[in-house]
Amino acid sequence: MGKQINVALIGNPNTGKTSVFNALTGLNQKVGNYPGITVEKKEGVCKLSRGLKAHIIDLPGTYSLNASSLDESVVIELLLNKNDKDFPDVAVVVSDVENLKRNLLIFTQIKDLEIPTLLVINMADRMAYKGISLNIPNLEEQLNTKIALVSTRKKQGIDELKQLIEGYKDLSTQPCLDTSEIDKDYFSSLHKAFPNQLLYKLWLVITQDVNFGKTDRNEIDAVANFKTKNKADLKRLQQKETIKRYQFINNALKKGHTIDTSKAKDLRSKLDRVLTHKIWGYAIFFFILLLMFQAIYDWSGIPMDFIDETFASLSEWTKNQLPSGAFTDLLAEGIIPGLGGIVIFIPQIAFLFLFISVLEESGYMSRVVFLMDRVMRRFGLSGKSVVPLISGTACAIPAVMATRNIESWKERLITILVTPFTTCSARLPVYLIIISLVIPEGHFLGLGYQALTLMLLYLLGFGAAVGSAYILNKILKIRSKSFFVVEMPNYKLPLFKNVALTVVEKTKSFVFGAGKIILAISIILWFLASYGPGDDFNNAEEIITTKYASQNLSEDELQQHVASFKLENSFIGITGRAIEPMISPLGYDWKIGIAIVSSFAAREVFVGTLATIYSVGSDDEATIKNRMAAEINPILGGPLFNFASGISLLLFYAFAMQCMSTLAIVKKETNSWKWPVMQLVIMSSFAYIVALMAFQFLK
Amino acid sequence: MENTLAHLKRGEIALITDVSSIHIPLKLLEMGCLPGNTVQLVQVAPFQDPMYLNINGSHLAIRKETAMHILIEKVSHG
Ligand SMILES: Nc1nc2c(ncn2[C@@H]2O[C@H](COP(=O)(O)OP(=O)(O)O)[C@@H](O)[C@H]2O)c(=O)[nH]1
Ligand SMILES: [Mg+2]
Repeated sequence: MGKQINVALIGNPNTGKTSVFNALTGLNQKVGNYPGITVEKKEGVCKLSRGLKAHIIDLPGTYSLNASSLDESVVIELLLNKNDKDFPDVAVVVSDVENLKRNLLIFTQIKDLEIPTLLVINMADRMAYKGISLNIPNLEEQLNTKIALVSTRKKQGIDELKQLIEGYKDLSTQPCLDTSEIDKDYFSSLHKAFPNQLLYKLWLVITQDVNFGKTDRNEIDAVANFKTKNKADLKRLQQKETIKRYQFINNALKKGHTIDTSKAKDLRSKLDRVLTHKIWGYAIFFFILLLMFQAIYDWSGIPMDFIDETFASLSEWTKNQLPSGAFTDLLAEGIIPGLGGIVIFIPQIAFLFLFISVLEESGYMSRVVFLMDRVMRRFGLSGKSVVPLISGTACAIPAVMATRNIESWKERLITILVTPFTTCSARLPVYLIIISLVIPEGHFLGLGYQALTLMLLYLLGFGAAVGSAYILNKILKIRSKSFFVVEMPNYKLPLFKNVALTVVEKTKSFVFGAGKIILAISIILWFLASYGPGDDFNNAEEIITTKYASQNLSEDELQQHVASFKLENSFIGITGRAIEPMISPLGYDWKIGIAIVSSFAAREVFVGTLATIYSVGSDDEATIKNRMAAEINPILGGPLFNFASGISLLLFYAFAMQCMSTLAIVKKETNSWKWPVMQLVIMSSFAYIVALMAFQFLK
Repeated sequence: MENTLAHLKRGEIALITDVSSIHIPLKLLEMGCLPGNTVQLVQVAPFQDPMYLNINGSHLAIRKETAMHILIEKVSHG
């Protein structure tokens, strides 16, 4: 075991931090993504020479240490807290050769914190294309640092970067700017009050708008007195500071950085002319959305059917091969169908993140933000809400986390509150199975009724999100400074490695994060359905045998009756029948009731629950769908899943807040129980009312 | 007032003269929107809002309400 050093990758968004991170760590990385970890924190390990290891963190993109959004405050919180276990031994600032000037701003700030800092100039492959030439030794001297010229795309410069990281002890920690020059009087009194503190650090603490967690701020808490300067004054000083920083940067780049514009090519403006066009821009965006849904609905159908059938026969096979008994039953009826209920999502989740990460990587997502801002603002949202709302079609959890870059608290809160209305992939299996049961297969104008229904449900979810945002915007009385600055990055061909890693990463965290809950619930359900209290359950065989004694049933038929009698008297059956009065006006029986209750944990549990309930006791190799189609409504007669109850269920699932993990992440992100509780109560009662009206009207 | 960024037309180039209004977020300054730099209006969304700018080589989009507070001097008519 050798020594391990902490390395933090910092820089503006889109400079290639994640690409550098991927190049350094390969598959040696993990992402904290799910409840329990607040920050999307990517960490990995990179082996250097002589047993030295680097622990690398990919921090969220930030333009400066003056955080204006939550995402950015993560960076400054880390850099101000020397006691954090991740506090960097060396900061690696990643910059894009095309935006070097702007990217260097944060470099100067970090250096002023006297943290050893080295600079990566990434995208070196673009230099010729843009007519840029660099004199690295000159720049190193001017900026007083070491520079690695890197192209992650061409896989160049990574080894040099590793060497520089290894030699981090030789880096100069001399600041770029003399902080006191910003305002001599003010800073000399500050220095007198806190003689042992770094002036720039004090200044950062004084001027931060974002509320921090617990950093080692306590010792400099008294600093609050220095806020005496009014806001406008502080702002003027910050402006002065920024101008000084740019002066330093312009000076430093004077010799070492030249651009021959006659050699530069310009693909950006050609593409922008079409992609941000007042008409074409929107048409193309709409087309991309269509394509995305096509992929999720159509293309993933094939692997999903395959997975469904594989698990059905696996379950059957287990039953036949293992000696019968409680354990085999648990395996065949609880665990295997439960696992199937998780694995079946993989194709859809993968497709969604494939699209989303390609759109992000290519730079197109910012154009969408630009196009949609005005429209979204009408509903109290921001152009930046589009990304969460689109990601919400995969899963509300990453979507809620993706709101972090919305600067206005009100816009961000509204986005968080309405995102769970969008049709997440967990609703999809519920929708798919019910649509296939109750919507006829016919065609209308070449489009299948079933596909159209699904499309309508997506629109409904989106409409509900936007509509409730409109109402929230009117009733929430929150004053928050609203501003909107979006960088429009260059268009880029997505790097395959980045896209693949995102897809694998997100899918994995779904399978292991949400999957755990689903599996646990499947097992609990199986127990509740396989055991029961009282004499009725224990003496089921005798009761049924006596009851049907006169009817000369075959052994098989008798067993069926015993099984369903047992289920009705099991723990789950008793609970289900207790809530039946509440849900029968919606057209559901107690089995659906159980599925709804258990799917509160996660919607996708619905199908798994029905699978578990229906497979307990029945041993033919039928798919879930066939079993559901055979169910009879106990009160009204006729198929349980008919048009009226099917529509009612679809609507219920469209609106109800049924996802514990989403509630947990909303609590985390809003830092209060008020909002998730409000979401739960309002969404679920609305769902109940709409489903009730639909069933009563259609039946 | 005709000399704010909100009055720029597509393709036009101007010189930024003043950004001291408190309605301009610091982040915008940090992205290069500083006096003396040139700004070009690259593209506008419907209703001229938001505005897609090229400030000294930095490409960014801001809302019209912010653009209204940035004072400029036109240098070319596009
Ligand atoms: N041409 C080129 N593109 C790159 C290079 N490194 C990254 N990119 C692209 O730049 C974009 C942003 O990269 P990413 O690593 O996500 O940046 P981050 O936002 O800083 O994490 C992606 O489209 C990458 O494919 C490079 O060396 N050359
Ligand atoms: Mg990144």
